[in-house]
Amino acid sequence: MSEPVDQVLDVQGVQIRVQQAGSGAPLLFLHGAGGRNWTALHRRLSNNFRVIAPEHPGFGRSPIPEWMNSVGDLAFFYLDLMEAMDLQGVHLAGHSLGGWTAGEIAIRNTSRLASLTLMAPAGVAVPEAPFGDIFLWSTEQATRAQFFDQALAEKRLAAPADLDLVLHNKTAVARLAWSPRLSNPQLPYWLHRIDKPTLFVWGREDRIVPYACAQPWRARVPQNQLVTLDECGHAIHNEKPDEAADAIISFLKTAP
Amino acid sequence: MKLFFFHLMPYADLDLSYAQKHDTAWVTLPNSYFDPAHGKPSYDRYIRELELADELGFDGICVNEHHQTAYGLMPAPNLIAAALARTTKRAKIAVLGRALPLVNNPVNIAEEFAMLDQMSGGRLIAGFVRGIGSEYFASAVNPTYSHERFYEAHDLILQAWTREGPFRFQGKHYQFDYVNLWPRPLQSPHPPVWIPSQGSRETIEWCAAAARKYTYLQTFSPIALAQKNFDLYREIAANDGYEASPQQLGWAVPTYVAETDDIARRELKPHVEAFFNRFLRFPLEMRLPPGYSSVASTKHLIETKFAVRSSDQTIDSLIELGMVVCGSAATVRDTFLHRQKTMGFGNLIAMMQIATQPAEQTEKSLRLFAADVAPHLRRAGVD
Repeated sequence: MSEPVDQVLDVQGVQIRVQQAGSGAPLLFLHGAGGRNWTALHRRLSNNFRVIAPEHPGFGRSPIPEWMNSVGDLAFFYLDLMEAMDLQGVHLAGHSLGGWTAGEIAIRNTSRLASLTLMAPAGVAVPEAPFGDIFLWSTEQATRAQFFDQALAEKRLAAPADLDLVLHNKTAVARLAWSPRLSNPQLPYWLHRIDKPTLFVWGREDRIVPYACAQPWRARVPQNQLVTLDECGHAIHNEKPDEAADAIISFLKTAP
Repeated sequence: MKLFFFHLMPYADLDLSYAQKHDTAWVTLPNSYFDPAHGKPSYDRYIRELELADELGFDGICVNEHHQTAYGLMPAPNLIAAALARTTKRAKIAVLGRALPLVNNPVNIAEEFAMLDQMSGGRLIAGFVRGIGSEYFASAVNPTYSHERFYEAHDLILQAWTREGPFRFQGKHYQFDYVNLWPRPLQSPHPPVWIPSQGSRETIEWCAAAARKYTYLQTFSPIALAQKNFDLYREIAANDGYEASPQQLGWAVPTYVAETDDIARRELKPHVEAFFNRFLRFPLEMRLPPGYSSVASTKHLIETKFAVRSSDQTIDSLIELGMVVCGSAATVRDTFLHRQKTMGFGNLIAMMQIATQPAEQTEKSLRLFAADVAPHLRRAGVD
C-alpha cells in the first residue's frame, strides 16, 4: 500500500495541491465540502489505480481565483487540469460537492473520461428531499448528520478541529454553492450528454444529500447503475470505505 | 450634540418562551408566533412614538431594516420613512440603513432615497449597511460577496445621485446600460451618508477617508469597543490629513429615563434583558455566515464580542459594559455628558423603545428625556 505523494501544480495560473498514489489507469477523485482527506477508500482504490486527489482551489487555505464563482467554473478548471496533466481514459470520481463537480465536468466534455463514479453527489435538488443546511447547522449537528453510526460522529467530534481551516473551507463552499444552495437548476437538462458508464453510490441514511436525490440523476444519465449502502450516511468514504471500494472496483472492471 | 430617537419596531408581543423550543428569534422562528391582529396596532403605536419625538424637539428620528425576525418589523424601512415624511415637520429622518448587498438593483435604493429626500423637504439621512449575517440566510445573497456588493452598490448609488444621466455602469455584480435618476435628491450634492456598524477596521477606514467623511455609528456595543473604534476613526482621519469632527461619530445605545434610578432600573430590567437575551439571539452560524467577514475577523469575533452576547445578560452587567444607559434624568444626563467628553461623538442615537417595553414607559421616557436631559446635552460636542 503506497502513501500519497503531495505536489503543487500550476494550471493556467492557478496553484493546486494534488496527492497521488498507486499506478494503473488514472482515477481522479474530487473531494466534498469538508475538504481534502486521504481516507481508507483512497487507500483501497490506490491498490488498483493511479489515484489523483486534488484539493479544490479555495480549500486548505489556498486563495480561490477571483473569477471562480460556481461549480461550473470549477468543472472547466478540472478540464484544464486533465489537459495540463495529459490524462486519458480517466475514471472520474467525486463525493458530494466533488460528485456534483464531476457531473458538471461530464456534461461539458467526456473526451478524456472512461467512466464516472458519483458518490452522494450534490447538484440536483429534489424539493421533497431538501439538502441538509450545512451552513446553518452547528458543528455538532453537521458532524452528526454526516454519519448513520453516531459513534463515528462522536469520535470525530472528540478530535480537535482546526477552526481556521474549517472556516476557510466553508467560505470556499459558500462561494461556489450558496445560491442556488448546493445545486444547479440547469444541470438536469444536460445530464443526457454523459456518454460514459456511470456509477452512483449512495448511503440510504444520507441526511445531507438524501437518498431520494438519486432519482433525477438516474432518470437522465443514459448508462447508469446504483449501489445503495445500508446503515450508511453521507460520509461514505469514512463510514463504509470497504463496501464503497468493492462497489467501485467491481464497476470499473466492467467499464471500458 | 445632536439627539436622535431610534426605533427598531420589534414584535413586542413575542412569546419569550419561544426560547425553550427555538434557538433564535431570526429567520427560522416560525411566523406563527406573529399574530396578524397585532400588526396594525403596533405600527400605529410606533409611528406615533416617532412623531412624538419630532414634536418633542429631537433632531432626528431613525428607522432600520431587518428581515424575517421578531427583532424588528421593518423589512422595508422606507415605507415607514415615507409615512414620517408626511406627518413630521422638523426632525431629520434617518434610515439606518438600507442593506445594499441584499438587493439586485441598487438603483432602486437610490430612487427611493431620492423620493424620500424630496418628500421630506431635504430631511433624509441615508444609512448604508451590509445587513447582519442572518439576512444572508433570509435573502439567499452569497455572503462571500457581501463586501464587494456593498462597495459596488454604494458607488453606483452615489453616482446615480451626483452624475448627469443617463450613464452606463459596468461593475462586477451590477451592470446597467442606463442609469438616469428621476427624481434627483433635493440635498446637494446628496443626502448625508451614515454608516451604522459593529465596527471592523476596514469599514472604519472606508468611512473616515477624506474622500468620504461619512458619519460612523457604533451600534449596541460594549463601551470599550465604541471608544476604540471612535479613536481609530480619528486616527485614520488625522493620517488622511484632517481632524474628524464630533458630527462624524454617533453612538447608538438603548436608553431609558424614569423618575428615579431605582424606578428606571426596575421598569427597564425585563425589557432590556429580553432585548439582549431573546430578541438578539442567534446561533453563531447564523450570525456569521461564511465569508461575511474575513476568516481572521470571524475568529476574532468568536473569541471576543460573541462571548459577551452568548451568555445571559442582566441589566447590571449591561450597564457595567456601557451597553445600556438608564436612570433618572440627572443620571442619564451625567452619563451622556461624561461619555461625550471621553468618546467625542456628536450624535447620540438613543433607542428608547426596547423590545417588550409598553407604550406608557416609552412615552414617559421620551418626555423626561426631552424635558430634563436634552437641554443639557445640546451644547456638548458641538464643533
